[in-house]
Amino acid sequence: MPKITYVAADRAEQTLDLPLGTTVMRGALTNDVDGIVGQCGGYAQCGTCHVFVDPDSLDKPGEMEPDEDDMLDFTACPREPNSRLSCQLEVTEALDGLIVHLPERQT
Amino acid sequence: MSTREEAGHVVVIGAGQAGHQTAASLREYGHSGRITLIGDEGVLPYERPPLSKAYLKGEADESRLWLRPETFYERHAIERVTGTALAVDRAARTVRLDDGTVHRYGHLVLATGARPRALPVPGSGLRGVRTLRTLADAETLKKDLAGAAHVVVVGAGFIGLEFAAAAHDLGHEATVVEALGRPLARVASAPTAEHFTRLHERHGNELLFGQGIARFHGDSDGADDGDGAGEGRVAAVELTDGRRLPADLVLVGVGVTPCTELAEAAGLRVAGGIVTDSRLLTSDPHISAVGDCAAFPHARSGRHLRLESVQNAVDHGRLVADRLTGTTRTYDDLPWFWSTQFTTTLQIAGLGHDHDTQVVLGGDPGNSGAFSVLLFRGDDLLAVESVNRPADHMAARRILGSGIPLTRREASAAGFTLKGHLKEHLGARSGRPVPVTV
Ligand SMILES: Cc1cc2nc3c(=O)[nH]c(=O)nc-3n(C[C@H](O)[C@H](O)[C@H](O)COP(=O)(O)OP(=O)(O)OC[C@H]3O[C@@H](n4cnc5c(N)ncnc54)[C@H](O)[C@@H]3O)c2cc1C
Repeated sequence: MPKITYVAADRAEQTLDLPLGTTVMRGALTNDVDGIVGQCGGYAQCGTCHVFVDPDSLDKPGEMEPDEDDMLDFTACPREPNSRLSCQLEVTEALDGLIVHLPERQT
Repeated sequence: MSTREEAGHVVVIGAGQAGHQTAASLREYGHSGRITLIGDEGVLPYERPPLSKAYLKGEADESRLWLRPETFYERHAIERVTGTALAVDRAARTVRLDDGTVHRYGHLVLATGARPRALPVPGSGLRGVRTLRTLADAETLKKDLAGAAHVVVVGAGFIGLEFAAAAHDLGHEATVVEALGRPLARVASAPTAEHFTRLHERHGNELLFGQGIARFHGDSDGADDGDGAGEGRVAAVELTDGRRLPADLVLVGVGVTPCTELAEAAGLRVAGGIVTDSRLLTSDPHISAVGDCAAFPHARSGRHLRLESVQNAVDHGRLVADRLTGTTRTYDDLPWFWSTQFTTTLQIAGLGHDHDTQVVLGGDPGNSGAFSVLLFRGDDLLAVESVNRPADHMAARRILGSGIPLTRREASAAGFTLKGHLKEHLGARSGRPVPVTV
């Protein structure tokens, strides 16, 4: 199972083994990782599962869809070039080793 | 237990979206007293939106619905109690459950939600005549759908249309019967409604407007044309014009009634919902009401409103948690909502009921796949409905939420975009430097 590491705003780290097919957002919620809200349930509707992809794992996630790109302009903590919505990051083998940093606020 | 401890004990009745949020936010904001979350469904608090969408279609399993895992409640010392609250004694500040246990509260939060309205026509008790509110309902409907040949949906509101779309995606052609002249009559503008009418028709779902239901016929009531109450399985729907539609599965989606019985019996003010003030306090200062059951004053119109949405449930929960941890504010959060049907997503920011004019951005709502309808009253922007235009929706939420002025004339100008308008107004404030978190 791919390993995903979440780094909280206070730098606390949690690494999870996630099953294929779930999302980085759902993985956090299911495993009780704080810092991701996911208010809309994972449909790129609310921008509350914002993460920053670690510079060392920028090559792991695939390209983003235009909806996600649009939504990222409206996150609580402003977007950066490495911003993603974690509900749109489906867990695949390619994501193994992904490190994401959580913003200070989601709402 | 000391009195001090009791004063800090928050009891929440209803473990749905609003009840969960109240409890979770209380801990997030630093509440250190006891929190008891009482729910009658016997499962972890879950989200309802997928019940008429991905869950119904089998694209998401149960575990995908839980708002938080069991460990969340343990970690945050939120005591989950399964049971039905039967009575509130305001003088003693206690809640009595169906198993006889009594919970003493310092503050009580009513988060009882709403239940589907039944159609008061003969045959509505037949098997196969269903409503959709709970996970248990969705499970039953999933099974029903697997064996259904003729699906009829009564009511072209969000739940009815979402169910019809899911039924279609599962291989059924659904007939939607609506008493009013168009779908989404209470909740969306005419252009948006037109879009959804065509969307369903294009997929082969039939929509019948201006038609009421006279009765449901069972598979065994033919001979005596009996009242069809309770016995047998539904076989046909009789419309008010006398027409009969074959049906072995009927989803009735004609709105909900707020669960206010507890509040009424306790002598709280109830009028179309549990009435609160602008801080979401009921007529008893030790009791708040949140979510679908609460009728609260709408800051912008001054009228009491009751809304049914995730946003409303979540923001209500947060406000009450804020107040109970020392930050009292007036509820004035912008309502927003979404609905997904087929692969189309509608997002609504604000409340457009009272609009008198509209400006459409993007394509023609009847034919195009993406547009936004801006709803105005005079020159005040009330709401924005966006179909497959998430950036419009998010910009609209910022514009409406922070009261950025936008006139009809500006919105009608060539090249106008909501995002552009927002940027112009944020001007100086935007581009604040933000440290890269990494
Ligand atoms: C099928 C469906 C699809 C939806 N889709 C969307 C959508 O796409 N977008 C959106 O924004 N909103 C949607 N909604 C609306 C949204 O889910 C509700 O507005 C929200 O769940 C309201 O939260 P609540 O906590 O007020 O009520 P609920 O979530 O209904 O929770 C109330 C809980 O209290 C329990 N309860 C009641 N009385 C008692 C008692 N006496 N003792 C113990 N427990 C009690 C109930 O059983 C229930 O579990 C949808 C709703 C449904 C049903």
